[in-house]
Amino acid sequence: MLELKNVSKTYGRTTALAPTDLTVPAGRTTVLIGPSGCGKSTLLRLMVGLIESDTGSVRFEGTPLTPANILELRHRMGYVIQDGGLFPHLTARGNATLLARHLGWSDARLVARVGELAELTQFPRDGLDRFPTQLSGGQRQRVALMRALVLDPHVLLLDEPLGALDPIIRSDLQEDLRRIFQTLRKTVVLVTHDIGEAGFFGDELILLRDGGIVQRGTLESLVRSPADPFVTRFINAQRSPLESMERVQP
Amino acid sequence: MRCLAVIVVGSVFGCTGVPAEQPAAPEIKIGSKTFTESVILGEITAHLVESSGARAVHRRGIGGTGLLWLALRGGEIDVYPDYTGTIVQEILAGTGVRGEPAMRDELAKFGIRMSRPLGFNNTYAMGMKKPVAARLGIRKLSDLARHPDLRFGFTNEFMTREDGWPSLRDRYQLPQRNVTGLEHVLAYQALENGTLDATDLYSTDAEIRFYDLAVLDDDLRHFPDYQAVLLYRADFADRAPGAVAALLRLEGAIDESAMIEMNARTMLDKVPESEVAAGYVREQLGVQATSREESFWQQLLTNAANHLLLVTASLGVAILVAVPLGILAARRRRIGQTILAITGIVQTIPSLALLLFVVALLGGRLGAVPAIAALFLYSLLPIVRNTYTGLHDIPPPLIESAEALGLSSGARLRLIELPLASRTILAGIKTAAVINVGNATLGGFIGAGGFGQPIFEGLRRFNFSEIFLQGAIPAALLALLVQGVFEIAERFVVPKGLRVQARTTD
Repeated sequence: MLELKNVSKTYGRTTALAPTDLTVPAGRTTVLIGPSGCGKSTLLRLMVGLIESDTGSVRFEGTPLTPANILELRHRMGYVIQDGGLFPHLTARGNATLLARHLGWSDARLVARVGELAELTQFPRDGLDRFPTQLSGGQRQRVALMRALVLDPHVLLLDEPLGALDPIIRSDLQEDLRRIFQTLRKTVVLVTHDIGEAGFFGDELILLRDGGIVQRGTLESLVRSPADPFVTRFINAQRSPLESMERVQP
Repeated sequence: MRCLAVIVVGSVFGCTGVPAEQPAAPEIKIGSKTFTESVILGEITAHLVESSGARAVHRRGIGGTGLLWLALRGGEIDVYPDYTGTIVQEILAGTGVRGEPAMRDELAKFGIRMSRPLGFNNTYAMGMKKPVAARLGIRKLSDLARHPDLRFGFTNEFMTREDGWPSLRDRYQLPQRNVTGLEHVLAYQALENGTLDATDLYSTDAEIRFYDLAVLDDDLRHFPDYQAVLLYRADFADRAPGAVAALLRLEGAIDESAMIEMNARTMLDKVPESEVAAGYVREQLGVQATSREESFWQQLLTNAANHLLLVTASLGVAILVAVPLGILAARRRRIGQTILAITGIVQTIPSLALLLFVVALLGGRLGAVPAIAALFLYSLLPIVRNTYTGLHDIPPPLIESAEALGLSSGARLRLIELPLASRTILAGIKTAAVINVGNATLGGFIGAGGFGQPIFEGLRRFNFSEIFLQGAIPAALLALLVQGVFEIAERFVVPKGLRVQARTTD
């Protein structure tokens, strides 16, 4: 689905991403995980062409990304960022339909599509004509997801989509997101720094550190056979207080 | 955004439509300087021109000899009154020309002709109360030498001028020791209550009548001649010979006492210049003429319409130019810095200097066009800067989201960036508009009309009620109105989503 060959990115003297190869398999959820500044967001942004690689190439469904074809290729990708990135001057409906409307869809088709998406994302219909400032954080993320899905893209790229939400809303949305991914059988690439979230979503996890991939595999393989002491340190650092209590009282 | 564009385009085209009516009769443009006598002469000229069947336009109260000379040479005006002394010392300065025939030759090189003197000499003179002069038997300046105890009070300018007191004293061998420097107004009062015996004045001052002064004859011809003449374009004489013949009837037609009387009627009796001029033309030249003065409300309406024209036309063009410049500045960093720097520099030029600079740049063109051009330049910075800032300050995640959707650069600008920046852009336009309403009053300096006209005329006539009622107060009210219009416009231009209250809870 997505093939990155020898891609790298530096800003001045800072290496955001060392030369890296990565293939994202179709129909599965791949999670990019690691501490801040490890290069996971850089990888995702390379995939959608928001930044250009210094070296190597990015292919999407076999086609190399170029400035000439990037706009068209993006219509086959859905992209969601942490705060949703909703346009404050448009309603929920306006945000969701912006691209389709720009591409000339009829009103009837837009109404039908928004209906489907609202149902899929569990977004309340009476919220469709509200502006982003009038919605809760969780609702905003659902709208962002609707906007990303409107053209029924082949791949969904999500950059810490749940990062700014409080725990209960976050947990609800996690469930809904996983259900949506499973229903749509889409190729998903999700960036997070939360190991629990990574394990919850990811068919496969890619752990990064200092601009390079450290280990790739299921959560279980990362726990059981870490490729580097850093893998264990990263996983253990996020064990919750509840887990440690369980260990203390067998 | 779209409805704003409609307003702008409408106002721009609306303004170009105004001067479309072309009269069949030749149109003669007359200029005058910023003091009463010049305006009266301009009005008299206008009446005479109209008596010949031509149409007269009088741009009254243009600031300064240099500006009028530039306008005359550029064809922006056809004729204006001036004084031989001024022509020699200011217009033909450096040529060393003296005497009427030589002046005529020199002026002809510029395609300008000079009438014969109109009959009065507006030069420095000395005046005394008539009873005092009569009692002492003083009629001419040389008579003063016989009265060494006289007390003189002179304006500071006269005390220091080359042709002022020191040289006058030498010329007439005047023995007086009691000489004070003081303001003109105080000098007149001192004459009135007898603490001064003589002061300097202009020989056609209105105060000569008011204080009933005797003007002493300059029998040794000490003071330079300031004979009033008309300067007119040679091609005007060919284009409208009838009109030129009509206004040349003024040659030798106005003596000092007639001019003093007309000045006094305006300055002291507060009769508008046009009416004074019409009366003179009717009674002395037997020409049918009625005052061209408008009623209070008519004048207010005309000024308001002209003022609005200056503001909307300049603002409209400024929006069409400055918003794209601001967009360019936001998108191209290097060009952007240059654009912001240049518009910033324009803003630092004092507004009056900028206005005169534009006039000079347009070859002495007067009236609405240079005023609109100067206001346009002045409007650029607030609009460019706010457009730039509005676009520049859009949060990067929003820009990135728009990009990631696969919207083209143009679509991003139209659908996302301009709506998000609309409030800031509109605020910039509002700032420019309010500043423009104030600055447009300077248009009165170059005959552009608007509320500046009564302000400048009121200053000239010492008529403060005119300054405030016709000029300053309406201009201030218009500024408030413009502000209000923009607050309302905000509701239509700024998207609702940017105006709704944010949720207080999440």
